[in-house]
Amino acid sequence: MSAAWEVVIGLEIHTQLATRSKIFSGAATAYGAEPNTQACLVDLGYPGVLPVLNREVVRMACKFGLAVNAQIAERSVFARKNYFYPDLPKGYQISQYELPIVGAGELMIKDDNGNEKRIGITRAHLEEDAGKSIHEGFAASSGIDLNRAGTPLLEIVSEPDMRSAGEAVAYMRKIHSIVRYLGISDGNMQEGSFRCDANVSVRPRGQDELGTRTELKNLNSFRFVEKAINYEIERQIDLIEDGGEVVQETRLYDSDKDETRSMRSKEEANDYRYFPDPDLLPVVIEPAFIEQVRSELPELPAAKQQRFVDEYGIRNDDADILTVSRALADYYEAAVGAGKSGAQVVANWVIGDLSAALNRDGLEIDSSKVSAVHLAGLLDRISDNTISGKIAKEVFDAMWSGEGTADEVIAARGLKQITDTSAIEAIVDDVIAANPSQVAEYKAGKDKLIGYFVGQVMQKTGGKANPGQVNQVLKSKLGQ
Amino acid sequence: MSDLHLKTLTEIAAGLEAGEFTSLEVTESLLDRIDSSDDTLNAFITVTGEQARATAVAADAARAAGKAGPLNGLPLVHKDIFCTRDVLTTCGSRMLENFVSPYDATVVERLNAAGVVTLGKTNMDEFAMGSSNETSFFGNVRNPWDIERTPGGSSGGSAAAVAARLAPAATGTDTGGSIRQPAALTGTVGLKPTYGRVSRYGMIAFASSLDQAGVITRSAEDAALLLGTMAGFDERDSTCIDHPVPDYSAALQQSLDGLRVGIVRQHFDAGLDDQTGKAVREALAVLESQGAVLSEVDLPNIGLSVPTYYVVAPAECSSNLSRFDGVRFGHRANDASDLFDLYCRSRGEGFGDEVKRRIMTGTYVLSAGYYDAYYLKAQQVRQLIADDFRQAFADVDVIAGPTAPTPAFKLGDKTDDPITMYLNDIYTIGANLAGLPGISTPCGMVDGLPVGLHLVGPHWGEETLLRCAHQYQAATDWHTRCPEAFR
Repeated sequence: MSAAWEVVIGLEIHTQLATRSKIFSGAATAYGAEPNTQACLVDLGYPGVLPVLNREVVRMACKFGLAVNAQIAERSVFARKNYFYPDLPKGYQISQYELPIVGAGELMIKDDNGNEKRIGITRAHLEEDAGKSIHEGFAASSGIDLNRAGTPLLEIVSEPDMRSAGEAVAYMRKIHSIVRYLGISDGNMQEGSFRCDANVSVRPRGQDELGTRTELKNLNSFRFVEKAINYEIERQIDLIEDGGEVVQETRLYDSDKDETRSMRSKEEANDYRYFPDPDLLPVVIEPAFIEQVRSELPELPAAKQQRFVDEYGIRNDDADILTVSRALADYYEAAVGAGKSGAQVVANWVIGDLSAALNRDGLEIDSSKVSAVHLAGLLDRISDNTISGKIAKEVFDAMWSGEGTADEVIAARGLKQITDTSAIEAIVDDVIAANPSQVAEYKAGKDKLIGYFVGQVMQKTGGKANPGQVNQVLKSKLGQ
Repeated sequence: MSDLHLKTLTEIAAGLEAGEFTSLEVTESLLDRIDSSDDTLNAFITVTGEQARATAVAADAARAAGKAGPLNGLPLVHKDIFCTRDVLTTCGSRMLENFVSPYDATVVERLNAAGVVTLGKTNMDEFAMGSSNETSFFGNVRNPWDIERTPGGSSGGSAAAVAARLAPAATGTDTGGSIRQPAALTGTVGLKPTYGRVSRYGMIAFASSLDQAGVITRSAEDAALLLGTMAGFDERDSTCIDHPVPDYSAALQQSLDGLRVGIVRQHFDAGLDDQTGKAVREALAVLESQGAVLSEVDLPNIGLSVPTYYVVAPAECSSNLSRFDGVRFGHRANDASDLFDLYCRSRGEGFGDEVKRRIMTGTYVLSAGYYDAYYLKAQQVRQLIADDFRQAFADVDVIAGPTAPTPAFKLGDKTDDPITMYLNDIYTIGANLAGLPGISTPCGMVDGLPVGLHLVGPHWGEETLLRCAHQYQAATDWHTRCPEAFR
């Protein structure tokens, strides 16, 4: 990317709120049901039906607002966004327009150089999701599944404060982490519970005026956000440098081809004819309600990260990683609490072997095959010298495969470290006898060969000898 | 018992209670009437004879078992805007020509639970948009007083059915006068309650912030009887207000002594027919003779009510009617070439001219660049009109005047001129814009046609309105007049 250009990015993140029932009806919100089995007459937009606001979504939106230091509107208004589409049963979407429930807020992220950066949040508003049009499996027609119609969404709109795809992803990850901490969304991106639109523009560095932006629609993974934005930045810069102009339009990212392409231009954009929905009263929120919600807020990622550094003395970056999700942080704290090893050792294992195993099997921390208590049990066997760190990896893999606790695996596989000095001495004697030339060299001053001898002993013991002990015995036998 | 059809709801209730006749007998009698007269009037879109008989039998059995409430076995009809389970619910439109509702509106559900017998569904202006019942896809309704004339609208079928003694009572809906104006034009009593008094759930929406369900009956007493059951909080309608429901019948007997009645200066203007104005003034004199204290009140912005209404109502309707897209229910055009064609043709074929006119008007006033000048401005004026009423009600208990500027006009007279048609609701629209209750009661005859006295009250003023109308009815007999051809 040319250093002459500055990139400007703003995100609109759509978060599905984890309510049991829909935002304006009593129908269930569970994902994956048979088409049109979770849509009641209200969701289907039948003649005469009326929406009734689900109280829980108001509480969830307030939680989010408080978590990003935003103003909660004392009075917010639902508005109708009018457009025709088969998966939009009423011919309008109930959303919020002029008076959203959450006003201006902010969030701190790490920029590409690892420095703290403030990203402004313009607003967050409540709205209902539409249904789904299904084009596969129908010959000359399309299917409509209205199960998703009426599912509550919180749309979080950022200021155009991000300057790279990396920052955009960092911001999106932070929001993802917060909504999951708050328990207001499962954040499941495959199921579309967390997705975003990115507004991207470029301008010559130093220019105040914003360039013409394009909107990239429906990005549903962190990787796609990064790739789509980077593609779009390149496209816009190339276009301008070749003497062209960026057209304000909506573009779609094609992940197969890794490119964005035009969906509709500004001229083709709908006039949504927003107006306050006369079927719903304004949402009035009392200060007492806000205080109650505030008192129920969990510890948020930033506070938890700081606490981990202060309380456990672990590395800053490790604390960042461990606090990405509440479940991971809880796991970590449970493991620290259950054992006697140092907090940094636990952190190394959680971030290292445990995360690797989870990734390999595509599991979330909640379904880890090794519990926090069992991991602590394993690490205790390292610190009490029952096994070496190296053997511990083998034990961990066995535990992951379901062979039991660390102690059970150690016993069953006979992995207990050899700490009996006479047994180690016997093996050391064998090694010295079998390698006369190396012994001679060593004695002649080639100190580095000590590693060779240790390796030989370890090999003979199947790695079970205590390395420190071996070292000591070797040195005394070799006369140093 | 050939005169069962002439009885009011209250009289039928007394007769059932006394065992003079059964609900089934009344039902049969009225079904016969409908059968013999409705070819002339076209007041019904659907007659539910079979269900009515079954319900009547059940009601009689409940009474025999000692389980009859005050409405048990009473016959009535519903405007075809109320969703009725397993029964055709057309809203007067080709769009819903074949729509059988899978559920009951709250109003229907409550009346059913009270044991009423539904005789059928009445004709109406398409989607309640009209003042003469001429926009119905099912043909216009005729006025029993003169079948060359309109019964008014949009609840014209309900009003004609009650006036012609095909049913003692009917539900209706009123967005700008759709209960009160047809009541005035047919010599019946029409009550539009306070906005939020009766649930709108299951009532097909025209203009959500103005629509309110009410009744058309032959007396204030009958209206009070029904309102008590229909009114009250409904958790399915967010705009339905949780306000206690009084015993409306209990308040009727109180005299008008000291009742402060305001007369709106602007309501006796050039647009008012002389003879109609005279009848209304005579009615006011009757109220005065009964102890009411008359005074003039000023509603300075009331003249803006018609233009305000014709921005707000179309705006809301343009959005409310978007759900009729041919996809899930209602009329769907055959052989659409693509999605856009499906929308255009289904809606083009399904909606009539007046509905299209209002959808287009509403779409226009909500469009980018016009919203502030039209919709927002209209909402501001609406607030001014509501404030005018609020100030007026600081000094008076009731505001009285004409319901409609003229008696029933000839069918076809105003169909080519929407504006003249719209002006028919000039006296009633203010109450809708301000969310106030209003009632029309017969107060005279002009050239053989009924004239209505319009009473408007403050929010939750139904008791006062019903009492005022009832006391007036006790001193006069206009509400008992029956069209010659339908005795």
